[in-house]
Amino acid sequence: MIHQRRVAIWLLVLGALHGIVICAGFFAPYNPVEQDRKNPYLPPMRPHIVDTSGHLHLRPFVYPFHLRPGSFDQYMEDTSQPRPLKFLVAGGRYRLLGFLTARLHLFGAGNQRIYLLGTDAFGRDQLSRILFGGQVSLLAGLLGAGFTLLIGWCIGAAAGYYGGWRDDLLMRLAELFLALPWLYLLFAIRAFLPLTVNPLQAFFLIVAVIAAVGWARPARLVRGIVLSAKERDFVRAARGFGATDFYLLRHHILPETSSVLLTQAAILIPQYVLAEMTLSFLGLGVPEPVPSWGNLLSNLQQYSVLVSYWWMYLPALIMVPFFLGYLGLASALQERAETYKIERSLGSLA
Amino acid sequence: MTNCPATVARCRILFRSFLLFSALIYHTAIAHAQQNNSKEELLILPGEVGRFGGRLVVSLRGEPKTLNPLIAADARSREVIGVMQADLVHINRATQLTEPALAKSWKVSPDGLTYTLVLRKGLKFSDGQLMDADDVLFSFHVYLDENTHAPQRDLLIVGGKPITVRKIDAQTIVFQMVKPYGAGERLFDGLAILPRHLLEKPFQEGKLGQIGSLSAAANQWAGLGPFRLKEYVAGQRLVLERNPYYWKSDGKGNRLPYLDELVFLFVPNADAQVLKFQSGETDMISQLGAENFSVLSRQQNGFTVTDAGPGLEYNFLFFNLNDLGEKASPELQHKQKWFREVKFRQAVSEAADREAIVRLVYQGRGAAIWGLVTPGNKRWGDANLVHPPRSLDRARALLKEAGFSWTTGPNGESTLQDSDGKPVEFSILTSSTNADRAKMAALLQDDVKQLGMRVQVVPLEFRSLLDRVTQTKEYDVCIMGIASYDADPNSDINVWLSSGGTHLWNPSQPHPATPWEAELDRLIGDQMSARTFDERKKLYDRAQGILAEYQPMIFLASPDILAGAKNSVGNFHPAVLEPYVLWNVEQLYLKSGRENATR
Repeated sequence: MIHQRRVAIWLLVLGALHGIVICAGFFAPYNPVEQDRKNPYLPPMRPHIVDTSGHLHLRPFVYPFHLRPGSFDQYMEDTSQPRPLKFLVAGGRYRLLGFLTARLHLFGAGNQRIYLLGTDAFGRDQLSRILFGGQVSLLAGLLGAGFTLLIGWCIGAAAGYYGGWRDDLLMRLAELFLALPWLYLLFAIRAFLPLTVNPLQAFFLIVAVIAAVGWARPARLVRGIVLSAKERDFVRAARGFGATDFYLLRHHILPETSSVLLTQAAILIPQYVLAEMTLSFLGLGVPEPVPSWGNLLSNLQQYSVLVSYWWMYLPALIMVPFFLGYLGLASALQERAETYKIERSLGSLA
Repeated sequence: MTNCPATVARCRILFRSFLLFSALIYHTAIAHAQQNNSKEELLILPGEVGRFGGRLVVSLRGEPKTLNPLIAADARSREVIGVMQADLVHINRATQLTEPALAKSWKVSPDGLTYTLVLRKGLKFSDGQLMDADDVLFSFHVYLDENTHAPQRDLLIVGGKPITVRKIDAQTIVFQMVKPYGAGERLFDGLAILPRHLLEKPFQEGKLGQIGSLSAAANQWAGLGPFRLKEYVAGQRLVLERNPYYWKSDGKGNRLPYLDELVFLFVPNADAQVLKFQSGETDMISQLGAENFSVLSRQQNGFTVTDAGPGLEYNFLFFNLNDLGEKASPELQHKQKWFREVKFRQAVSEAADREAIVRLVYQGRGAAIWGLVTPGNKRWGDANLVHPPRSLDRARALLKEAGFSWTTGPNGESTLQDSDGKPVEFSILTSSTNADRAKMAALLQDDVKQLGMRVQVVPLEFRSLLDRVTQTKEYDVCIMGIASYDADPNSDINVWLSSGGTHLWNPSQPHPATPWEAELDRLIGDQMSARTFDERKKLYDRAQGILAEYQPMIFLASPDILAGAKNSVGNFHPAVLEPYVLWNVEQLYLKSGRENATR
């Protein structure tokens, strides 16, 4: 029971995090590709409730920045004109879940600009870019993991259930894939593709590639379980009653793999988010100006950005709670599966 | 950042030399008296007198391939060769004017066809061997020999015929051309005089290409430059030592150069160079990016960074205007219909936010440009060239005139479409290793989005980009940059001429494809053989006007030349011409005279 609750808690945490990213349009104050050319590399504006003269304000506010005279990247805070934070304001148009057009944003500053996490080289709001970038990175991770598990599940089940030369063939293939230097493979694939790939194509390309190279490990796990499950007494009994292969797999063998698959999913998703980030970091992911966590981080490849603008590191920080959530879920699932197994074996003893 | 007295002095020299240049009469050494030594005639350089000794360390963006100027094609080799070799007449990188070098004087015949050069007496190669007119004769013979395939050969073909070289006596050489050459004695800049005593045998055996490798023993190579080879450690560094026979001296008669050693460290990327400079491993740094410049200028401890002003690099966008016939995909053919429309190109130019490029890409350390002559070029810019500020309204009007229209999508975004109803979409190629140009592309992408054009930026490794632009010609639009090596229009001749290899929008044409390209060819050709500067300038201005009107290249911005040096380096005066900081390497010195150990 306690494990059940832990799984639920982790699921809730992840649900909340993903909800924010899915509704990025609402939580982000601006369009992530909108450039504000007057404010490149603007430092994050800190929300205050106490002003410089010590007065307490009910409504949080920020102080705007102005360029230091004669400089193009050094700003100073202007405390004479506080900008109040307004909540639930109308702003730029966005589409929720891809079809609902809306204009309501969680916060904003009317017709003035507010950058809680600073801006990048083109004056684009870093907060908005991180939130929208999460959509790309997380979706790539989820889809990639989903496809991988599907492929791995099918191949693993087929290899384990049928055995013999089919098993040998599929498992050698899996070993081949495990030994593949997939990053270089990806460079090679990208080189063969046409020059211009639009963001959507690039996205599905990434998903396809990370899914295609990762199936070997889950396939081997599934195979092992199927191999042991098909020799169980109740499976033999069912076969004796004339059950077909398909019936056996569906009703008796594959349900055994579910807990492994769930744990695998919780481990694979963050791994694949990271894979997407790696690819985008190296310029193989979705092209500019569409944000993803990886290409947000790729700004850090420049030394000057690395030492000058600390808020460009934030996309790296943002993935920590997500990964923590997934790994927490994975271990909760694992424990639940263990106790389930123990309970069941105790039950069969009794 | 340039200090005023230096600018004034430079202007004075410029003015004085200008009078001499336009008169084209007997040309004696500018402002430098000759030392009346019967044995040696050293060139006396003005400027601060330094102190001897020490080693200066600079970084080089990779290993040079060779020390042999006959086969050097990469910038790194040329940079090293620049400090090991010398030319007959040299362009002063600060004044951008010619000065006597190995030739102490020269005379041009009234018809402009004959150049008579008189060599300094007592010149010696870095191995101590005497140098005379025979070496000059040999060098030009080698450059012009077709079997050598020297990159310098093209420069020495004037009016379709190679220059002929004659020796009068051991000190005097005559160069004869069939047509006057507009740039005059600038021709001789950069043409190294080769050591005949070392190269004659390999030349006859046809083995010149194998000479001058870095790993060969130091005594197998010699030059007339301020430094000579001492040590080469593959993958790490190249150490040059002082040439004790160098032919220049300072105001006090001390033989230059001051430095004992010049060390090139091989550091492959710009950021690593900054780190090495910051940590004190190197003494000077050049070709700094604006962002790195501002990082360094924020923490100047022990070093100073200098903005030398706009350089000669111009960054531009160009369209694929090649006539590809059946080879092109239908899609590209359709796009080329837009690109061939002058008003379409003008509209893109009107929409380009050059001021934002200067601010966001160069952090204000650059200049917006509307032609290929940058503000760094002091004499050749066309003052009448219009510099229209960004105007989306004008751009839209131009597009409308050209038959384009707009449709509104479901999200309220407007899309530009041509008269056939096809949406305007294209891709911009940019080099993946150049962060500045990638940024420009991202800005332009946003600029033309406001005209309803949908653009994708495609970063590509530079070699494959070049291959696409000049060989396969499978691209839509490309952003590139070219750095002229000289302030004379001569250095951009291959961009101007329709037959040129860097006439990028349609390179190496057998015949000019359009009337305006034919006109450009004519103007540039005439300019090359015009006799006076005024005549040349007038023709060149007209060519600049045509380029600005037809916009085959949309010029964007030119970065400043940014450099830095430790405060202990004396005579550090970065120039806007290559080599930016090493042009006066013979005069550089270390103030403290301490041993600058690198390790």
